[in-house]
Amino acid sequence: MNNIICACGHENPEGTVLCGNCGRPLTKEAKNQKLADMRYEGTARRSQTYNKSIIDKIWNFFSSVKIGITIIVAILVAAAIGTILPQVLYVPATTEADIAAYYERVYGTFGKIYYELGLSDLYGSWWFQTLIGMLGISLIVASLDRFIPLYKSLKKQRTKRHESFMKRQRLYAQGENILGENSLAKSEEKLKELRYKVTREDGALLAEKGRFARWGPYVNHVGLIIFLFGVMLRALPGFYVDETMWIREGETRAIPEAPGFYLESKEFILETYDKATEDEVFGEAIDRVGTIASNYQTDVVLYKKPEEALPGQTDDLKEVKKESIQVNHPLKFEGYSVFQMDFRLDELKTMHFKLSNKASGETLGDLAIDLVNPETSYDVGKGSKVELLGYYPDFSGFENGEPQTKSPVPNNPAFLVKMFTPETPEGETSFVAIKQTVEPLGDNEFKLEFQNVDTRDVSGLTIRKDKTLWILALGGLLFMIGVAQGSYFNHRRIWIHESTEGHLVVAAHTNKNWFGVKKELDQVTEAAQLPPYIDQHDTEGQELKEDGEKSS
Amino acid sequence: MAQTKQKRFILRTIILSVLVFAIVYTIYNNATKEKVEVLGIGDEAPDFTLVDLNGEEHRLSDYKGQGVFLNFWGTWCKPCAKEMPAMDRQYETFKEQGVQILAVNIAQSDFEVQQFASQYGLDFPIVIDKTKSVMEAYNIDPLPTTLLINPEGKIEQIVRGEMTEQDIAGFMEQIRPE
Repeated sequence: MNNIICACGHENPEGTVLCGNCGRPLTKEAKNQKLADMRYEGTARRSQTYNKSIIDKIWNFFSSVKIGITIIVAILVAAAIGTILPQVLYVPATTEADIAAYYERVYGTFGKIYYELGLSDLYGSWWFQTLIGMLGISLIVASLDRFIPLYKSLKKQRTKRHESFMKRQRLYAQGENILGENSLAKSEEKLKELRYKVTREDGALLAEKGRFARWGPYVNHVGLIIFLFGVMLRALPGFYVDETMWIREGETRAIPEAPGFYLESKEFILETYDKATEDEVFGEAIDRVGTIASNYQTDVVLYKKPEEALPGQTDDLKEVKKESIQVNHPLKFEGYSVFQMDFRLDELKTMHFKLSNKASGETLGDLAIDLVNPETSYDVGKGSKVELLGYYPDFSGFENGEPQTKSPVPNNPAFLVKMFTPETPEGETSFVAIKQTVEPLGDNEFKLEFQNVDTRDVSGLTIRKDKTLWILALGGLLFMIGVAQGSYFNHRRIWIHESTEGHLVVAAHTNKNWFGVKKELDQVTEAAQLPPYIDQHDTEGQELKEDGEKSS
Repeated sequence: MAQTKQKRFILRTIILSVLVFAIVYTIYNNATKEKVEVLGIGDEAPDFTLVDLNGEEHRLSDYKGQGVFLNFWGTWCKPCAKEMPAMDRQYETFKEQGVQILAVNIAQSDFEVQQFASQYGLDFPIVIDKTKSVMEAYNIDPLPTTLLINPEGKIEQIVRGEMTEQDIAGFMEQIRPE
């Protein structure tokens, strides 16, 4: 490794542009420039120093801002392409095979490729996550490589710099020392008034303020990394839950992803605005739209199973609390929130029939079949009874003479019954469905006549747990602090040297907002009668490189 | 100088490996989250107790030392209905050899399950998971799903979807105690 030894005797690592001690330009390029490139104080980016092993090569790869930008652009392009077709979440298919078939059927070859590349589930695809991970590595490596040399360089900066350094500053002045020995003292007084931190060292003065503004981009990056870390945690079990459950009135169900907790739905309530009770001004809107919901609510009881109880043991559940879940008023327990999300009204619950004589129309009695828990036999009274032979909650037709059900939900209940009356002690078999009665064993004398139904409502609830939220918030907060720190504050430095010929040399630098530092330098110039400065940027018409530290 | 170089090399290696590990672990977790979530092959099968149609309690851990053929099903599920008679036939052969069937119905009424059991003449114990808590603990998605639990109480295999009689015989052989 070749160190560069400056004329002042200071050893600088390879790649240094300005001497870390006196500020002399070290490279040919820097020597030919009229203005010094003050990025990272002219220090060597750490990774430039070594490039030997494979680890160094990987490190250098990620240290490059160009690579970082490339990764960001790749992520943006991928995210943009991900919006062309709907994501998996919005596709009416659940199994992998169905989803694949759906994309091919609806969007053709493009859809097939889209699905194969994982663009249909962009955030879940391994290569997208790899890109995000690479961005994280790039952020960390690039920041370390820039922050550490910059920090060291600013920490040990000397008060007195070499003349060639001063001359290459954008704001520069050289001229008569009017106040003589008082110049520096007067300047110091004014600079302190302007809240600069002033150091003096044998005929040289350095005034500095707002150095912390230089750390803005790094604080910002730390915020981003914490944010990415939070997102990463979501993939681990126990940190993040987002589940849905459907629960009917009267049901008790295990809460998905919340082991040991059970929820019982007491009632689902849907309320609408009533024209009569609302303010008159709303009357028109209610007339126009029809019904407007004012409240969706599920009254629930939360249970916890005893410590030693196993799944399936539900006799001795302990009540934790009763609560009314409303929109924006979730049920909260142990880090979980249960939100009101959806509902289905009027699912069949109990069906009422009467047993009657077909010829005379005479009623023998009533029976009610609870669809949740049907019984095998119903006593109708007067010596008559109805036996239940079969129950098909979602009747979908016959197959080989067998009634079929396509789901366990009572959407279209049907029953196979045997009716016993004093007149027909042998019993009569009948198949009773909604709007359909089949008498498979010949004509019956009696029939079950449908009377009415009781219904119940179904609540759609969402169960959420997010232990990463505060990490994300912290990351976001740091991000914003970093942005503010870097944007609203400037690192300003003013150097004043007494030169040997009884002259004064003045130079000033800021990382941004030259107007601000000029205004302050104007005041110091006036107070200490310093030689008038020139903005070499204007006079040279030279394009200064954008300060790379500014952008995050 | 050589020392700092070495130190830097070690530091960089550590930082890079930690980051790469974190990323690989995250991607792996994301990729497998949907499919297994909690349970995997070789895991201890979560214990549970459920009551069968005769009111008898069945606790999974009571069957330690026997292979357990744990089948989740519903009366509306056609493939379930298809494989159940085959399961029953194999049960007759294997129950003497220490393989037990537990058929877990998902929250249906006693009537429907009883009717189904008598219609197909099923002899093995059928329990009903009224609150879906066992289904939740096992993260059962499609029906039927069958878990093969070996005599040590570890999950040997998870079978999603319908099985032929040959499959069933093979699976029972797999969890038969020595």
